[in-house]
Amino acid sequence: MLKYLFYKGEDIPSGTAAVYFGFSAITWFVIGTGLGAFNAAKLAFPDFVTGLEFVSFGHMRQVHVHAVIFGWISMAFAMAMMYITPALGNTKLWSEKLGIWNAFLWNVGLSLGLTLIWSGMTSGREYSDFPWFIDLYIAAFIAFPLGLNVWMTIIHRRTQGIYTTNWFFGAATFMLIIVFIVGNLPEFFHLTGLTEAYLTWWFAHNVLGLWITPVAAAIAYYTIPKVTGNPLYSHRIGHLHFWSVVVFYSTPAAHHLMSAPLPEWLKSFASVEGVLILVPAIAFVSNILLTMQGKWNLFVENLEVRFTVTGCLMAIPLNMQGGFQQTRAINWYIHGTGWIVAHAHLALLGFSTFLEAAAVYLGLQTIMKRKLYSLTLGNIHFWLLLIGFTTYWVSMTIAGLIQGAGKIYEVPYIDVVMAEHPYMIARWIGGSLVFTGNCFWLYNMWMTAREGTVVPEGRMPHELAYER
Amino acid sequence: MKFREYKIGARFFALALGGSMTITLLMPSFDMNNVSATEVALDKQLWAGHETGFSLEDPFLTGQHKPVKVLLKNDPKTGQPMEPTTAYVYEAGTTFPGGILHPDNLGATVKQLSLDRGHIAEASKAQGAVFLVKPDEQKHYYIENATATMGWTPDAVLKTAGDANTQHAAYGKTVFVREGCWWCHTLLPEQTQDWQVFGAPPMLGDFNGESPTAFGSDRKAPDLLHVGSRNSSKEWMMLHFFNPRLVQPHSIMPRFDYLWGPVDAKGQKIDYDKWRAEYNEYREGKRVTAPEVPTYASNSDVRALIDFVLTLK
Repeated sequence: MLKYLFYKGEDIPSGTAAVYFGFSAITWFVIGTGLGAFNAAKLAFPDFVTGLEFVSFGHMRQVHVHAVIFGWISMAFAMAMMYITPALGNTKLWSEKLGIWNAFLWNVGLSLGLTLIWSGMTSGREYSDFPWFIDLYIAAFIAFPLGLNVWMTIIHRRTQGIYTTNWFFGAATFMLIIVFIVGNLPEFFHLTGLTEAYLTWWFAHNVLGLWITPVAAAIAYYTIPKVTGNPLYSHRIGHLHFWSVVVFYSTPAAHHLMSAPLPEWLKSFASVEGVLILVPAIAFVSNILLTMQGKWNLFVENLEVRFTVTGCLMAIPLNMQGGFQQTRAINWYIHGTGWIVAHAHLALLGFSTFLEAAAVYLGLQTIMKRKLYSLTLGNIHFWLLLIGFTTYWVSMTIAGLIQGAGKIYEVPYIDVVMAEHPYMIARWIGGSLVFTGNCFWLYNMWMTAREGTVVPEGRMPHELAYER
Repeated sequence: MKFREYKIGARFFALALGGSMTITLLMPSFDMNNVSATEVALDKQLWAGHETGFSLEDPFLTGQHKPVKVLLKNDPKTGQPMEPTTAYVYEAGTTFPGGILHPDNLGATVKQLSLDRGHIAEASKAQGAVFLVKPDEQKHYYIENATATMGWTPDAVLKTAGDANTQHAAYGKTVFVREGCWWCHTLLPEQTQDWQVFGAPPMLGDFNGESPTAFGSDRKAPDLLHVGSRNSSKEWMMLHFFNPRLVQPHSIMPRFDYLWGPVDAKGQKIDYDKWRAEYNEYREGKRVTAPEVPTYASNSDVRALIDFVLTLK
């Protein structure tokens, strides 16, 4: 794929960028979850690999977070955009070469950024830990070229309207650039104090709410109708979803700082808007599940549908938690506890990852015109991911409730640490299962590229029977 | 492309996103601009300096170009004993904190006092400066540039105070950020219930000039905003940083023995392998006592980190 970086001709095969993005994403997923499992082991057994600065927990935690967000999730998004946007516009990607450069610069920049934060060169701001020049790099060489390719492909489409998925792609790439530039203003212009703290969480909230959540949902709007053959249940509910994301999801940043001395009106406003996030959430889940009407057999039979629907089902507890845990009535209890960690993993590893995994499975098979090498390995991947995640989520939720109780009743902190210990071990086991599953996935996709049965011209991979 | 109804959609999109940013960014900024710096904020920004995260002056977060906080018991000019005074020393070339560079950050009253009485506008980065925090008659705290008002030079103040009365708290906070202490220890007692154990939650004006605030979001360990009031033992801190299990057998905190660097206080090489082997014997019951923790060198990372932790009153 790298040979096309300086390729002079016009005939770069369609989908090259998507394949590059897809395999990069899976590789980052393996690395990111491996780091996560390693960190979890340190929380369960503090003397596991000790005495070296570069493998200490404080240096590695943020590398895990950024590897999965900007490596796995965002590159899987880019992969989906590279093949879904042109497919829905009945055209080719605007610039395949730009896409390949985008993927290349993405890998280079992310590797550099992760190395820096691993070594301790951090801004000290959660989720925007990268030093400011890496932030600028991400805006200029990662987010902008991606957006440009998506927008230009949409403009050059050969269909009349724009399908739901592409509204989300076009808007989310734009909002990502805005969020990156505005959210990092404290680093560019050295804003300090409460402004810095608030903008840190404004960034953290919006990078989830205006990038990860809508793009993941947009992918499901493509995958489910495409594989089941059913048209989307309702275009109008899609409208409701889109507009309520822009209006409601972009405003509750302050609910991450409910116990900090921010202006009270801002906290109350954020809290109410936070409950209104249920509007896009319910619109999305109902639209997808209703699209499944009459095709529920595919939930069992087809890997991509199973991944997508599982992700959608996880959006239900995710948004019920998300809508209400940030209200003052509940937030005082669970703020800063493992409950939140469980919730964050429900969003990124539960809901979002399952949707993207489906897109990457489907996309790589479609572009490479190869049937998945092994359904068995796919099933192992699915179940290791689901069981590993569930183990993680349940154990961290319980640990969070213990921490909450310890906080309210002012129990000596060390007693809380001791009470959490079994759940920390369970968390590590859950994370290790996820990591193992991803290793199987990488192997499966690699073998698909090499030895998967060729999909005949004019056929979709899901129309062929699995062979192994 | 036929633009069709997307013309309306695009305008609504701009309206929605712009409205959202107006409410969540522009409107709070008016409130936050009016916040006056409290005594806590003045103290904190003066000991922490301009930046304790990544900056071009300290790219590897190793404590380059950081101010120090000293306790003076003698007048640095005359050498005569005086009432113990806290001073913040910026050696030549050290960037001043937000409040000195942009006095607007201090709030109107504090800004006026600091400019008129404190002469902070006369401070020069090229020559360095010494700052104090002082109250006026109505107990409004402001910053005084002691280099301008009393002729205290950074060198004289450092020499008078001596190493024992010098706290490398800014360097220490840099280590705190670099080592990711804040991934587990929050710096934000919550308004609802943390009073009894972790102390008072911070007030609105307590953060002016601080960067990064490093509140932390995932509390896996005690809050540290007032830790220096709960425990001010350097000896305990030293044991705890070297290996937390020495003083708290159930702790899950990592060992930070590597912050000691290669040599101890006497300049002798620290034999970590030997220490770990002996500690393992102690854990297995083959030794009665744990091996002795080496005393840290005065220029080691851990010294700065302990200074920082003890500064959190």
